[in-house]
Amino acid sequence: MSKVLMKGNEAIAEAALRADVDAFFGYPITPQNEIPEYLARELPKKGKLFLQSESELSAMNMVMGASAAGKRVLTSSSGPGLCLKQEAISSMALTRLPAVVVNVVRSGPGMGDLAPAQEDYWQAGNGAYRIPKLLPASVQEAVEMTYEAFDIADQYRIPVLVLADGMIGQMMEGVDFNKLPQRRENLPEKDWRMAGTNEKGHWNHMTLHPNMTLLKATSILENEIYPEIEKNECKVEIVDVKDADIVLVAYGSASRMSKSVMIDMEGSEIKLGLIRPKTAWPYPYDAFDEIGSNCKAVIVPEMNIIGQMIDDVRIGAKGRWPVYHVGNDSKSTLNPEFIMNKINEVWEEVK
Amino acid sequence: MSQVVYKRADSLTKVPFTFCPGCTHGIIHHVVAACIDELGVKGDTISVSSVGCGGMNPPFWDTDSIYSMHGRAPANATGIKRMNPDKFVFTYQGDGDLASIGTAEIVHAAHRGEKISVIFVNNTTYGMTGGQMAPTTLAGQKTTTSPYGRDADHCGNPIRMSEMLATIDGAKFIERVSVDTPANIRKAKKAIKRSFECQLKGLGFSMVEVLSTCPTNWGQSPSDSLKWLRDNMMPYYPLGNFKDYE
Repeated sequence: MSKVLMKGNEAIAEAALRADVDAFFGYPITPQNEIPEYLARELPKKGKLFLQSESELSAMNMVMGASAAGKRVLTSSSGPGLCLKQEAISSMALTRLPAVVVNVVRSGPGMGDLAPAQEDYWQAGNGAYRIPKLLPASVQEAVEMTYEAFDIADQYRIPVLVLADGMIGQMMEGVDFNKLPQRRENLPEKDWRMAGTNEKGHWNHMTLHPNMTLLKATSILENEIYPEIEKNECKVEIVDVKDADIVLVAYGSASRMSKSVMIDMEGSEIKLGLIRPKTAWPYPYDAFDEIGSNCKAVIVPEMNIIGQMIDDVRIGAKGRWPVYHVGNDSKSTLNPEFIMNKINEVWEEVK
Repeated sequence: MSQVVYKRADSLTKVPFTFCPGCTHGIIHHVVAACIDELGVKGDTISVSSVGCGGMNPPFWDTDSIYSMHGRAPANATGIKRMNPDKFVFTYQGDGDLASIGTAEIVHAAHRGEKISVIFVNNTTYGMTGGQMAPTTLAGQKTTTSPYGRDADHCGNPIRMSEMLATIDGAKFIERVSVDTPANIRKAKKAIKRSFECQLKGLGFSMVEVLSTCPTNWGQSPSDSLKWLRDNMMPYYPLGNFKDYE
């Protein structure tokens, strides 16, 4: 048996177990609850820690402590909870502590509602840092990305965000755990861990100090760490953009709607292409240079209002094509019909 | 032949304290370090610092040390201790950090019975930010954000954390001490050592609240500050043990 049928959230939790996660800290919030529920059941069986915290604020600060102790740590949440986690994510970005944060995104702003959404694209903290953001479009990919996220976190000593929309978290699909990526080798030793001098032979003061000022620390991030990540960790799927009349740019569930529209519109006068970023940072700006000379417009379907990834698309487009948003309306979240209507409307404008 | 009767604790580095003249943070640091020395746990100690004057301390500890976000030291300490159950983990927090922005974290660390020790320094004010009103500021006390004196009708009476936390099952040792006199310093040391032993025995959460001065922000001399502490703080914040173990 190579494939199993699993709900996205449970599959994400199982992927973390297989990545040898040592601890999970979290707080209940829909639509991610199956992740903590699965781990509350499974982690103790392995002698590992599941702890429900008093708030997302506290959960992320517990993650910070456990990560500082040198362990592999996971937390998960959704929009309003991720807001609260920003504080410690930001702190960990500076202190350079690895961890994996899964955001199973619901609608916003504020409490929003429980509908799946892509409203947290820009929500990754209070500035002054970057963290890798992975964008799964299927349960299989959520599993692979969560699994690899632990290695990325450890390799660069950085928190990694898995940005899965509520659809990915809540739906069931076949998953093949034999297809997990290879574990990375030669990950750095955590000789900075908080474990006492008896164990390590030296102490670490995990804070800024005269030899590591804020400007020095942030300069290392900007000039050494982030360029490495941009060079190594950017991922994208590119479909039929060479001779496309209109290129769709979408991630997660919106990319699957886009693919279904491409199938439905096969044989129509409009040739469609797709750029599907698998990472929001680093962002695959270079993918836009693959677009052929036929292209008249770029459309960005997102399960949100206003549009968020569209800003990165405009940077990638460099003014070469007009860029359009299509998202939720007053009655429905984004669906394939909205995308098709937008394509036809834009085509009338640009053909 | 000479005999050493007092020396700088081994658990402190040689970095000079950066506290204002007359501030009792320095005394408290030395007492904490001496307890770590006497218990022989220096090599297994992880200090969790906070935001505020107490947060200046990472360079002073000759041990592992991590700096927390404001109020979150108990959450950081929870993560560290749960991953390192055999190590000695303590937080050092001021009253703004512990009794205001970090109330959820301290209450729930106690509630879960986290096997950590907490040093809670209460000087009735936000020292580092310039003497603003804290939850612990006394009624009538003037600060930069209560320039007419704290008005209980407007912002409540000061909060007594030791009394509150002592009601929680997971808290196994809670005591309030002062370092205003040599006798009280000795009592403070005894309480801190006992609270550390509470963790080392694996009993649960422990906290020692230390009444402290802030001569700079109180606008008083160091000796007047000690007198003010005795005359004003001690009646409202009585010294004593609120919870002990066998």
